Amino acid sequence: MTRTRWRGLALHAVLILALLVFMFPFVWTIIMASNTTADIYRFPPKFTFGGHFGDNVRHVLDNVAFFQSMGNTAIVAVSTTALVLFFDSLAAFTFAKFRFPGRNALFVILLATMLLPAQLAAVPQFQTMAILGWVGSLKALIIPGAANAFGIFWMRQYFQNSIHDELVEAATLDGCGFFGTYWHVAVPSARPALAFLGIFTFVGSWNDYMWPLIVLTNPDHVTLQVALSTLNRAHGVDYSMVMTGALLAMIPLVIVFAVFARQFIKGATEGAVRG
Amino acid sequence: MTATATVSTPAVTAAPPPRKRIWSYWRFYLALSPFYLLFAVFGLYPMVSTIVLAFQRWDGLSARRFTGLGNFAFLVKDPTFWQSLENTVVLFFMSTVPTLVLALVLAVMLQSAVRFTNVYRIAYFIPNVTSLVAMAIFFSSIFSTNFGLVNAALRSLGIPQQDWLGEPWGIKIAISTMIVWQWVGYNTLIYLAGLQAIPKEQYEAAKVDGAGAARTFFSITLPQLRPVVLFTVIMSTIGGLQTFTEPQVMVGNSGGTGQSGMTVVLFFYRAAFLDNDYGYAAAIALSIFALVLLFTAINWRIFRGRGEDR
Repeated sequence: MTRTRWRGLALHAVLILALLVFMFPFVWTIIMASNTTADIYRFPPKFTFGGHFGDNVRHVLDNVAFFQSMGNTAIVAVSTTALVLFFDSLAAFTFAKFRFPGRNALFVILLATMLLPAQLAAVPQFQTMAILGWVGSLKALIIPGAANAFGIFWMRQYFQNSIHDELVEAATLDGCGFFGTYWHVAVPSARPALAFLGIFTFVGSWNDYMWPLIVLTNPDHVTLQVALSTLNRAHGVDYSMVMTGALLAMIPLVIVFAVFARQFIKGATEGAVRG
Repeated sequence: MTATATVSTPAVTAAPPPRKRIWSYWRFYLALSPFYLLFAVFGLYPMVSTIVLAFQRWDGLSARRFTGLGNFAFLVKDPTFWQSLENTVVLFFMSTVPTLVLALVLAVMLQSAVRFTNVYRIAYFIPNVTSLVAMAIFFSSIFSTNFGLVNAALRSLGIPQQDWLGEPWGIKIAISTMIVWQWVGYNTLIYLAGLQAIPKEQYEAAKVDGAGAARTFFSITLPQLRPVVLFTVIMSTIGGLQTFTEPQVMVGNSGGTGQSGMTVVLFFYRAAFLDNDYGYAAAIALSIFALVLLFTAINWRIFRGRGEDR
């Protein structure tokens, strides 16, 4: 028995080591954000938390419109997520539970769109934004991403497996219209799937970098990721300050993830194995 | 398409059901319309015009000029293009191979662990939901020459410091380290889910037959895991061939020393949005698409196996 016990300990030792490696960048970010750059650049470097976090935050706020860009990012991420959840689940429910002419053809088109890389559209998309007058506006980030094939596909799988046809029929007999059935039957039963899609969309939107970099031409109206990169460009030497900005930019994501972590991980792995 | 297309079961007794007019389905089409409208405006139309644009010269201001295959002819002679292609493929291998191997090892270990598995899962996954830009800045700071943590560690071991972000190989190591860090946990969870889907009886049967741990792994675990491995390889390919944020933040738009951090997507970004060479950028975009298709097809062949239709 002792031999299996030792093996168990060795196993956890390796797993904990991996955990420390994965966590290290976050810890080191906090250490950098709470010290001066000079402390970090000493040899050997300072490995403990310092008392300069407040100063660093002030430097960040002096150098970029941090709260404004965080506000922009929040507007984009929240509205994109809300629109995606609504449009994707509504379309997915329609595909999963109703028959109508052209259904299969439409679904095949939907699947095919998932194969196309985003860069293929970037240049003309920018021209479209120019024609619409959306260059520099947050609409250019929100509207094109308001519905996506992945989410529809993913929610459709869920609706097919989790909602019985009888339930839909019963709701119809009770006088629920199509949208009523969606709202009162489909949405409440799809909470876990919606939670996963919601976090996935929120994180993706919060972290989007290339498209905001292209389309948000006014330096005062950038998102957090673009603001961070300009902070890094312009003040590359003051790492403590830059890492403070990086830390602040991650906090909302960490909160969202912490709240929904279990559901999210369950959803992520299930989707992958089924898909 | 007409309404009759949906009538799949023949009516045996009664008269044929009354034909519904197509507009009676309007609610369904309305429910589906957001995606298709958005795709038409922001997906399909731009893609078609990218293809047209690839055969033109355009700086965004003057009139478009048709140049036939001119952009492509220039592309195949452009050393930067080949360099970016090589960098992308090298970075892809340098990051994907360690990522997937480490993920598989961790997943197998995590499967045999009994306690704290949820803690591990959540902690391993966190690198994947963090800010890419913030972490790219972080990795460029720890790889910085005079003050970076990596060099501090080397010096304390008596090894001379390296100019990580100033050397072609150093740039690639820094970028791929970041990609590995970010994606090992994600792939671990996916492999773990795949491992848990393998029927227990197969392992018991192997045990009865006297198969050792290594034999069991290569005869049962790995073959059963094949579809999941295919999934992770394809996802890594699509992601890896589109690497942009890491090099752009870590070494800048130039691609760094010797352009060794210049990926195809960074090259595309530069041509389109810094040089305003839209026709050329469109040709690069098409080559990225071709590259993704080629790699997906290759992976599909390798990991799906020949003649196996499962």
